[in-house]
Amino acid sequence: MADITPPAYRSFPIIPKLIPGAMEGKGPFVASDKINEAIGFPGHLVDDWHDKAIAKMGDLLSKYRSLKVYMDACVHCGACSDKCHYFIGTQDPKNMPVARQDLMRSIYRRYFTLPGKLFPKLVGARDLTREVLDEWHNYFHQCSECRRCSVFCPYGIDTAEITMAAREILDSVGYGQKYSIEIIGKVHRIGNNLGLPAPALIDTLEGLEEDVKEATGIDVRFPIDVKGAEVLLITPSADFFAEPHIDSLIGYAKVFHATGTSWTLSSMSSEAGNFGMFIGNYDQLRKIALRIREAALELGVKRIVVGECGHAWRVAYSFWNTLSGVGDGADPNDRFAQMLQKQLDHRYRQPTHICEFTWDMIQDERLEFDKSANDNLIITFHDSCNVARGSSMGGYPGGQFDIPRNIIRAVANNYVDMDPSTTHERTFCCGGGGGLLTDDLIDVRVKGALPRMEVLQQVTDMHKVNFMACICAICKAQFTKIMPIYGFDRRMVGGVHQLVSNAIVLGKNK
Amino acid sequence: MNALLAILFYLATLLFVVGLFHRIRTYAVTPAPLKIPTTPAPTTTGGVVLRMTREVVLFESLFKANLWTWGLGWLFHASMALVVLRHLRYFIEPVWAWVVFIQPFGIYAGIAMLLGLCGLWARRLFVERIRYISTPSDHLMLLLFIAIAVSGLMMKFVAHTDVIAVKIFFQGLMHFSIQPLPADTILVLHLFSVVILLVIFPYSKLLHAPGVFFSPTRNQVDNPREKRHISAWAAKMESEK
Repeated sequence: MADITPPAYRSFPIIPKLIPGAMEGKGPFVASDKINEAIGFPGHLVDDWHDKAIAKMGDLLSKYRSLKVYMDACVHCGACSDKCHYFIGTQDPKNMPVARQDLMRSIYRRYFTLPGKLFPKLVGARDLTREVLDEWHNYFHQCSECRRCSVFCPYGIDTAEITMAAREILDSVGYGQKYSIEIIGKVHRIGNNLGLPAPALIDTLEGLEEDVKEATGIDVRFPIDVKGAEVLLITPSADFFAEPHIDSLIGYAKVFHATGTSWTLSSMSSEAGNFGMFIGNYDQLRKIALRIREAALELGVKRIVVGECGHAWRVAYSFWNTLSGVGDGADPNDRFAQMLQKQLDHRYRQPTHICEFTWDMIQDERLEFDKSANDNLIITFHDSCNVARGSSMGGYPGGQFDIPRNIIRAVANNYVDMDPSTTHERTFCCGGGGGLLTDDLIDVRVKGALPRMEVLQQVTDMHKVNFMACICAICKAQFTKIMPIYGFDRRMVGGVHQLVSNAIVLGKNK
Repeated sequence: MNALLAILFYLATLLFVVGLFHRIRTYAVTPAPLKIPTTPAPTTTGGVVLRMTREVVLFESLFKANLWTWGLGWLFHASMALVVLRHLRYFIEPVWAWVVFIQPFGIYAGIAMLLGLCGLWARRLFVERIRYISTPSDHLMLLLFIAIAVSGLMMKFVAHTDVIAVKIFFQGLMHFSIQPLPADTILVLHLFSVVILLVIFPYSKLLHAPGVFFSPTRNQVDNPREKRHISAWAAKMESEK
């Protein structure tokens, strides 16, 4: 760690010069035979990878309108070219969203379009060679699928869709990434991304009850596997033991306690994260989401609430209804979805984000806060990319920006926003999302954090900000690791419900 | 030359219509299995229509991205729309009143279109990032549009062509009879460039025009929790169990 130096801040956010080849390399660790085969991928690069990869690409083009349209529609206008945090931090031109897409588009043109078959040079088409495959493995793991480019593209081209397709093609020929595939294996085998087995989880929760009792004198429960509870909480497994995540878990528990809500966790389904999205694999995405459906049916809960996690909330909000029926409005003849939807209480949005839950309770005046408990903090809020651009809250466009800020203002006195060109839907990814939160990618993670660190530095200089709240397990883990490299205190990062936890007044059940 | 251009126009129009229809059909039948609107996104169909209209008419996202590209791009597209409408007079008889009305504006639009194109090309040539991502076809595409605009303007300002004869030629084409065309080099260049444009349209990046309407990040309603969205191929997985 010691030898890692962060890139220098830009004096003001100017567009960086290109440094071709700056991030050339082998990319992240390749998944081993054992890891691949555990979830049904070929163990290692197959002999006929060329034909298999092209066939897979054709298959994806027929299944995903996004991929088909986005391969055709790009006009190389360059609107996205300076928008990616990895490009800004690394200056490698292949990290410009359009250039990253072109790594695949050049192959698409060669094998799937007439001009590319006839005049490859003219239209920038090329053969799929081993070098291209290596290039994909490297550069499609320098994208966090944060969708910032899609905000600015005049055709809405979303590089995340292309990254997902590329990773799926790589996986299908046995050349996928160790980190994401290994984690998916753990979810299926153990129930969560961190591989925390049920007894350890139960033990941790008991320890938390004791800790909270000691700190507050109140018996706040952390129930697990309680049949007939009203709320099932699905939260990223990092919340169970990582710092600062655990402080937010305590926050959720206190909110449930103070509002007299009966709730439970599930040992079988103890993970909100869904790395199936990162590798673009619908089958895995669905299998992982079905665990939540199973837990909900088994425990007979009326509501499903999701903890602080960015991509998990995108999957829950945008995909769960599709994948597993957690939601509303299924066709009356849709037996698969109706089975669950009949059980859920549709006076509430299904699924509900923990911030929606808490904000509703604040508005109903069912929570009381001592805001001075957060007076030592001057707080800013980092919009997590997948929440900002892949989901919503509160049932109206932009609720995902207002609600977390409303909560912070309700529990603390000192709040400032960062530069508006880096918040709301223009927010920058933390640098560790999309399956990049692994030490073999630390270089790109540090560099990708540059734009966020620059504006955080601004508000620390101008307003003495000493706490950056966020609602994502990956943001929290990434920032605690890389912020010390930029000279910040790692404890500056925490969850919104950590602030709730600090200020909530317990012992007066309303 | 008359017969050759006539045949080329028939072939090009056929390729354009068939090619474009085929592409649009492919976009329409390819499923979008997941809800992926770039949020914040409209929660109603009416809202999506508004979002798409802003995108197509005003280039809203490009405006957020880069003012220079937006300004030049919008100038080019809006002017070209006016120029195309101005050319309606060659295909209808009698000419509708509003088409008569826009005739003089169409001339200015031709100049504005050329300015926009030159600006876009300058950007492609001189901005490092844009030069890096440009393929030869990107440059040639701009050159083709510039050729169309310049030859068109030349017939207005430098060497007039017999527009009455041109109109008779196109009216003839529409009724499958080949009429004489003025033997002006500039006119032939102008028409030949348009033929090329028609042919490459359905096989090139010009597909961005129909493509934008099919872009799931822009055309989807943001209501995944309220209504279950599932594609046919994904629904099959549920019945398999």
